[in-house]
Amino acid sequence: MSKVHVTTSVNGDEVEFLADPRETLLDCLRDHIGLTGSKEGCGTGDCGACSVTLDGTLVCSCLVLGVEADGKRVETIEGMADGAELHPLQRKFIEHAALQCGFCTPGILVAAKKLLETNPNPTEEEVRYWLAGNLCRCTGYDKIIRAVMDAAAELRQEAA
Amino acid sequence: MAKDEFKEFKLVGTRPDRPDGLDKVTGRARYGADISAPGMLWAAVLRSPHAHARIVKIDTSKAEALTGVKAVITRADFPTGLTGEDWNLQENTMAGERALYDGHAVAAVAATSKLRAEEAVRLIEVEYEVLPHVIDVDDAIKPDAPVIREGAADATVPEGMPPNVVRYMEFGRGDVEAGFAEADLVMEKTYKTEATHQGYIEPHACMGQLGADGKGEMWVCTQGQWFIRKMCTAVLGLETAQLRVTPSEIGGGFGGKTTIFMEPLSLALSKKAGGKPVKLVMSRSDVLRATGPTASASMDVKIGMKKDGTITGARAEFRMQGGAFPGSPVDMALYCAFAPYKLTNVEHVGYDVLANRPKCAAYRAPGSPMGAFAVESLLDEMCRELDVDPLDMRLKNAVREGDTASYGPKYGSIGLVETLEATKAHPNLSIPLGPNQGRGIAAGYWFNHNGETSVSMAISEDGTAQVSVGTPDIGGSRASIALMTAETLGIPYEDVRVNVVETGALGVNEPTHGSRATFASGKAAVIAAGHAITEMCKRAANEWGIDPEAVEWVDGAAQPAGDNAGKFPPMSIAEIAGKMGSTGGPISGHHESVPEGVGASFGCHVVDVEVDPETGRTTILRYLVVQDAGRAIHPAYVEGQYQGGAAQGIGWALNEAYIYGDDGRLQNTVFLDYRVPVASDLPMIDTVIVEVPNPGHPYGVRGVGETGITPPLPAIANAIQEATGARLCELPMSPPKVLAAIKAKGG
Ligand code: FES
Ligand code: FES
Repeated sequence: MSKVHVTTSVNGDEVEFLADPRETLLDCLRDHIGLTGSKEGCGTGDCGACSVTLDGTLVCSCLVLGVEADGKRVETIEGMADGAELHPLQRKFIEHAALQCGFCTPGILVAAKKLLETNPNPTEEEVRYWLAGNLCRCTGYDKIIRAVMDAAAELRQEAA
Repeated sequence: MAKDEFKEFKLVGTRPDRPDGLDKVTGRARYGADISAPGMLWAAVLRSPHAHARIVKIDTSKAEALTGVKAVITRADFPTGLTGEDWNLQENTMAGERALYDGHAVAAVAATSKLRAEEAVRLIEVEYEVLPHVIDVDDAIKPDAPVIREGAADATVPEGMPPNVVRYMEFGRGDVEAGFAEADLVMEKTYKTEATHQGYIEPHACMGQLGADGKGEMWVCTQGQWFIRKMCTAVLGLETAQLRVTPSEIGGGFGGKTTIFMEPLSLALSKKAGGKPVKLVMSRSDVLRATGPTASASMDVKIGMKKDGTITGARAEFRMQGGAFPGSPVDMALYCAFAPYKLTNVEHVGYDVLANRPKCAAYRAPGSPMGAFAVESLLDEMCRELDVDPLDMRLKNAVREGDTASYGPKYGSIGLVETLEATKAHPNLSIPLGPNQGRGIAAGYWFNHNGETSVSMAISEDGTAQVSVGTPDIGGSRASIALMTAETLGIPYEDVRVNVVETGALGVNEPTHGSRATFASGKAAVIAAGHAITEMCKRAANEWGIDPEAVEWVDGAAQPAGDNAGKFPPMSIAEIAGKMGSTGGPISGHHESVPEGVGASFGCHVVDVEVDPETGRTTILRYLVVQDAGRAIHPAYVEGQYQGGAAQGIGWALNEAYIYGDDGRLQNTVFLDYRVPVASDLPMIDTVIVEVPNPGHPYGVRGVGETGITPPLPAIANAIQEATGARLCELPMSPPKVLAAIKAKGG
């Protein structure tokens, strides 16, 4: 199948690649652009390890075609820190030991960031339901939820 | 009692940031599928759609003719003449005469792109003769069951047993019948558990390269790079030392990544393609269909108990299928089943059974959760019947140091009594319950493990230290090993870098399994650091012109041991390291052994549930894990192990199961259908770290990874009985089954 030229912005950088029309955005990020921070845990939209935002919308990049990113803005885990400065969520995940193997972590961080942009003051239940599409097999979620709540509190304080 | 405030040590017991944290929150950490190489090819695998079928013919010509296809392999490309487990591994990697389960690999392709490899796989034509199959363990031992493999039984199987029984065991002591005769109550029940998958979020992935000269390299997500090396080379008929295996970061394993499934395929394809590197990444459905879930079990348990709760006799007969190959953990299940209890009359019988399912692999405390489900469920029912408090009953029968375990050995220092007492004292036990709510309690056991261990540490020119370990870091072991090394050397935690190294860098290491990494690699690192300290004391002694025996190591520096030794200011590690080139050369320490002194670990869980009487759905309201860690080196990651184990156990208890159709095909091959617990299914998971230090480890470590998955299965069944009056003896306790049980009770 002949490839399609895609021009997109990834983490603020202009990026071009050639995509087979059957390739997912996740494949394109990982195999064409070399951004392997987004993970494939299922390829069917069930685990959230591939979470990115596309024009600000949280998506499973395994369910989006690479060609659909043309002309859009993609944000991935690699763009989450501001240079050497970690996002509060990233810091809190380390501080709370909210990762064990760390494979789910990029997707959960991207999803949690979107949550806190949408709802800066979520309840525990809201965090649990927002992240219900992000599987973590290692932690039992306890420390993840605490880290997200703590990051939310810190961000609210900064904003105040 | 997580002793963060415990000040016996400077670093052990604190909670610093893990050394690999930054890489893992920024997406930089490189897992199995995250690496590529120049000229790399992509592989895809063709799998059997049948549970059991003779492979009549495989025609690969169309696939081979497709542009971009560089190699196609079938079993004909593997060496012949293997025996025993090597043959099993080879047969499981690629089917020979017969496909033995749905998902069994039959051919593989390497091509210039992933999509091209997948296209090529679809062009391979396989002619199958479908054979009768068997899935359920009890069906597999029926006289008319299809035979999976003639002659697979080992010498333990007595004459006349059904052909799918491949291993048999019986052991015990005392006289169980006399024990039952002594009892006020004897109960006997049958329990069943379905296979569940470890469900690590990272699918298996590797990149292998093998030349015509038999030299190869592999990058792979694994719990054990030396196991990968040994198994791949055995399956391919290579010399072991010629394969160099580098472990990637690993996205969870839970025992499932201690063996091989598809790794030799990448090497065989690479060789056929002229030595180009070949990347092979499983899909989630490949993982569920063709990697090792745990065994399914059918278990009879009979127990005798006195009115006061004393257990007078116990008998377990377990049947487990671990797929189409020998190796279900029925032995471990039996060893663990009665391990918490002091018994004079106990009998165990076990059958390892073949069925048309994928070859099982270890899953967190392999076997123990199933056995506990049966035994701890029955004990709970008996306590109800006799009106005995379940915690008091467990305390009354609890094993202590010096007792003989139900499976034979004598216990060293153990912390079961302390664990049960800490449970009893926990505030969760006095929270009142509402209607349709119930509280369940259960205990659990895991041996913990030592294993071949080789660790090197070296002092750098500036006095910082590097430690090379062979146990991949799955949940914070770099942090715990760095803490122990730094504590021993008397230097800051940040001054130690722990590297997980490739097979070329150390002697043989067993994988990170058996809850052994912090125990075994940690112990070896501490001993290695001790060797380096001895050497540094010697260097200082030489400079001072005194006897090395007269030098001691305090707070990261050499100093004369007392006034008689001479008066010299302490010489710091940095000072000694800075001039090592002129004082005798590099300073390092090394230790290799199968470390003695493993400390077993007991746990006790308390769960509060609410069951919806209309739907049968169970909600976990509260969850408490109490477990003896020996000592928690990094308490946050110990809690993490407790919480993660509990969550997997909750999934196993309530949702997870392999579901097969009548055709023998696995029906739930994606996470939507094989549903593991999600964040909204669970509450916070409370933990209590009991610390009864293990005298066999310099810092008291027992190992904490596995025990935690064992109690949830029975604890939840016990809670459901309290909430509904209905007793569930089969997993998973999914809403339809709970509802049916409530209805059957007339509830
Ligand atoms: S990989 Fe996209 S949701 Fe799992
Ligand atoms: S930390 Fe391993 S899957 Fe979440």
